[in-house]
Amino acid sequence: MSHTRQAEAHGAWRAPVLFLVLALLFLAEGTFRNALFSGSWNTALGILNMGLISAIMALGVNMQWGYAGLFNAGVVGFLALGGLAPVLVSTPPVQGAWAAGGPRVILALAVGLGTLVLAAQVWKRVPGRPRVLALIAVLVLGFVLYRFLFDPAVAAIEANNSASAGNIGGLGWPVLLSWPVGALMAAAAAWGVGKVALGLRSDYLAIATLGIGEIIVAVMRNEEWLSRGVKNMSGIPRPVPYEVDLQADPGFVARAAEWGLSPGLASGIWVKLLYAGLFTAVLLALILLAELALKSPWGRMMRAIRDNETAAGAMGKNVTRRHLQIFVIGSAVIGLAGAMMVTLDGLLSPNSFNPLRYTFLIWVMVIVGGSGNNWGAVLGAILIWFLWIKAEVWGPELMRLITLPLPEGAFRSHMLGSAPHMRFIALGLVLLLVLRFAPRGLVPEK
Amino acid sequence: MDILNALVAILNFVVIPAASYGAQLALGALGVTLIYGILRFSNFAHGDTMAFGTALVILVTWGLQAIGIDLGPVPTALLALPIGIALCSVFVLGTDRTVYRFYRRKRSDPIILVMASVGVMFIMNGLTRLVIGVDEIRFDDGARFLVSVQQFRAWTGLSEGLSLRVSQAITLAVTALACWALFRFLSRSRAGKAMRAYSDNEDLALLSGIDPERVVRLTWIIATALAVTAGTLYGLDKSFKAFNYFQILLPIFAAAIVGGLGNPLGAVAGGFIVAFSEVAVTYPWKKIANYLGFQPEGLLQLLSTEYKFAVSFVILIVVLLFRPTGLFRGKSV
Amino acid sequence: MTEPYLSATDMHGGYGKADILNGCTLTVDKGQIAVIVGPNGAGKSTAMKAVFGMLNLREGRVTLGGEDITALTPQERVRKGMGFVPQTHNIFPTMTVEENLEMGAFIREDDFRDTMAQVYELFPAVADKRKQNAGELSGGQRQQVAVGRALMTKPSLLMLDEPTAGVSPIVMDELFDRIIEVARTGISILMVEQNARQALEIADIGYVLVQGANRYTDSGQALLADPEVRRTFLGG
Ligand SMILES: Nc1ncnc2c1ncn2[C@@H]1O[C@H](COP(=O)(O)OP(=O)(O)O)[C@@H](O)[C@H]1O
Ligand SMILES: [Mg+2]
Repeated sequence: MSHTRQAEAHGAWRAPVLFLVLALLFLAEGTFRNALFSGSWNTALGILNMGLISAIMALGVNMQWGYAGLFNAGVVGFLALGGLAPVLVSTPPVQGAWAAGGPRVILALAVGLGTLVLAAQVWKRVPGRPRVLALIAVLVLGFVLYRFLFDPAVAAIEANNSASAGNIGGLGWPVLLSWPVGALMAAAAAWGVGKVALGLRSDYLAIATLGIGEIIVAVMRNEEWLSRGVKNMSGIPRPVPYEVDLQADPGFVARAAEWGLSPGLASGIWVKLLYAGLFTAVLLALILLAELALKSPWGRMMRAIRDNETAAGAMGKNVTRRHLQIFVIGSAVIGLAGAMMVTLDGLLSPNSFNPLRYTFLIWVMVIVGGSGNNWGAVLGAILIWFLWIKAEVWGPELMRLITLPLPEGAFRSHMLGSAPHMRFIALGLVLLLVLRFAPRGLVPEK
Repeated sequence: MDILNALVAILNFVVIPAASYGAQLALGALGVTLIYGILRFSNFAHGDTMAFGTALVILVTWGLQAIGIDLGPVPTALLALPIGIALCSVFVLGTDRTVYRFYRRKRSDPIILVMASVGVMFIMNGLTRLVIGVDEIRFDDGARFLVSVQQFRAWTGLSEGLSLRVSQAITLAVTALACWALFRFLSRSRAGKAMRAYSDNEDLALLSGIDPERVVRLTWIIATALAVTAGTLYGLDKSFKAFNYFQILLPIFAAAIVGGLGNPLGAVAGGFIVAFSEVAVTYPWKKIANYLGFQPEGLLQLLSTEYKFAVSFVILIVVLLFRPTGLFRGKSV
Repeated sequence: MTEPYLSATDMHGGYGKADILNGCTLTVDKGQIAVIVGPNGAGKSTAMKAVFGMLNLREGRVTLGGEDITALTPQERVRKGMGFVPQTHNIFPTMTVEENLEMGAFIREDDFRDTMAQVYELFPAVADKRKQNAGELSGGQRQQVAVGRALMTKPSLLMLDEPTAGVSPIVMDELFDRIIEVARTGISILMVEQNARQALEIADIGYVLVQGANRYTDSGQALLADPEVRRTFLGG
């Protein structure tokens, strides 16, 4: 491409300077109270924490897009799947749920999975005419058996204390353990989709992932036995202390007083700082691993494939298999981020999984940051997240300024009321402008 | 055994709804497939083009109603449709000029164009929210039923009723008309043949003196007209809600791929295949089983309606697994 | 001596940084058949594209009937009377034979039914299949459609890139006969051929192209008689 000059001109200072600007933005958010900033450290840290999680999502997307050129349009699904892990792993068990139908549900799911495996084997092994018939027979029988096992078990679980539970419940294990589990769950789903859609035209993966994303979210919305569906799952355990406990701890209150902070404020900030530390540690570990992988022969081959798929294929590299690897790994990272996000929120709310917010916004982060560059993805993620949140405040402010000359009336109030929607337009514009005029992003790939 | 009632029930709950939904998908998939054939990328903004165009149609409808114009029993929206199409086309042509043309000239990877279409999708989504909001809107004035359940029962004396809503009848009629006109255009007119030639073999089309920019413009206009028509019919049939149009993108893509991307006839067939599968799989067949003398325990519903998108997905996966170029052989994989 | 009808002199250029053509010169006189032969990858197709304006020439000049056309686009060259049948992808596969010919005549405003009738007369085999999709025809018939499509603009120069690729020997002879027939009507022909021997038999002038430059240039018969050419390029 012809954009190398642009990268050289700005050189090595680019990334540190941009990160500094980002830090200043957060500093301003925490200290100044005016029309633009809230002046609250609680708010600033809240934005930062979600920004860090977005950065991990962006890392996952960047692996798929930046390293391999794969378009995953179902980020929201892998994220949601990862978010299921804290519920299943770390929430306390539900009294009577397992007895009501636990083993039977597991058996049903095993039958369902077994049916698919068997169907695949039948398709591979059985020759000639009977093939299709055998396939259909396996699928129909498997489906009937699955429903026979599944339906009553689910009804029983959902009937169990349906007002406050009605779900299968968790294992009660530490929540941190659920993070890798979330990654694994997302990876498994990615393997299935990738197996089918990779190796075909590049847009097919986009369409197939768009589909799997919607389906995963639909499952989480409707399968109440799993995670209470749209009734939401709250009270997910934390890896850090609760604010109320800190406020009740005389030692903490005393130390807060030393800093001149009220216990309420101090506890909020302390908890967020702990989260920020935890997330940063995960993020740095991931970046380290990703950078090491990129510099390994495996990573070099990955990039060789991306830059010239035909040539790499001609050289006998199994392009589809490499793509599957990177797709699964990237999705695992997204799943990890999902588990972390649900842990941070302490809440799993399937209705909030909106593709615009969780798929395409992440994409904008990666493109703006600089696809192919991990630090770029992180920068883009935190920056875009900051702007996305602040646009909620800045949009109406801006609209008020714009509409100042207009007379009071229906049109002006309509314009003011619709200011929040401007976010979408702004985001689309940012994506298009970056794609066109700085396709290598803020921090280009080296 | 009560075969007559069973048939009426199937007609009423499966065939008629699936046919009108299939028609809407077919129009949408036609647009996707035309854009794919000519511009060679999957347009993620297509759903939001439908939404934006429909929003414009609704605004024009309200305007017409405000000055006292209506079509009697037929929804006023049909009168507003051409205006909505024209307005939306202008916008879409603007996006081609400012966004897609650049990548076309550079001969960028299709996936870059897909990405650009995501940007356009965001903008159209925001504009739709801006002009009409996010709430559910009903804009189907005029008569509601061509045949109502009571009428049908009275005429036939059957216990099972059958209804045909005006919106469904209009959907089928308009779709038939649009398909007829489109296929005639593609097979008879000089411009239509030029479009097919360009889709078949871009370089040779250029050598033959076909102006690519004209073909591209024409394609956008036709795809937009189909999209806005599909969106308006869908909105009349169900209701208008911006987010639904994003969700309908999946069945539309599935329909286009099933029929073979780039193959218009395939897109129409694909639309109906997806719609009929979706409705058949999510319909509880208990009632019909009862008429046929069975007394099943469950509802005989293969999949709850919340999972109707899973049907498109499964069809999509099956086609990708066994016949990636689609049932009617579209462009290469 | 008068200037040849087509003259492409000293062409240099390629697809990217490296030049594929390194000083290639091709000329064809009115009503003559010029044949380019050479090993695979010699740049024969590239030279054809350069003559047709599908390649940016770094150096060199193309004239047609005395007029400098170096700066014209392929479409403009079609209007000047050039017709080109590319080596691959030279038909519209999902369109009927008749539609393929119509597309060939796309730039013509006048009535082209006469030309179409002439093409059908020249290729009776495809005339019978005029309502069939061109992609469903046999290899030889497809090539006939491709040539027919290029003839629809009534070109004064017809350029053919390996018109006999992948067809049986009988069909090949048949195609050569047709090409001679076309040349007799006064149309100049510039063609690339793998079957060097047969092609040079019918050539008024032959070019042996190696690494993007002319290695030998002579009349077809002279090249066939040249022992050096026979040994290296015609397999003895
Ligand atoms: N579209 C293209 N882009 C880049 N290089 C090309 C292209 N087409 C051909 N080449 C290269 O140009 C050289 C000459 O090719 P070509 O003209 O097709 O040879 P010939 O027709 O004599 O077999 C080859 O080395 C080939 O790899
Ligand atoms: Mg060649």
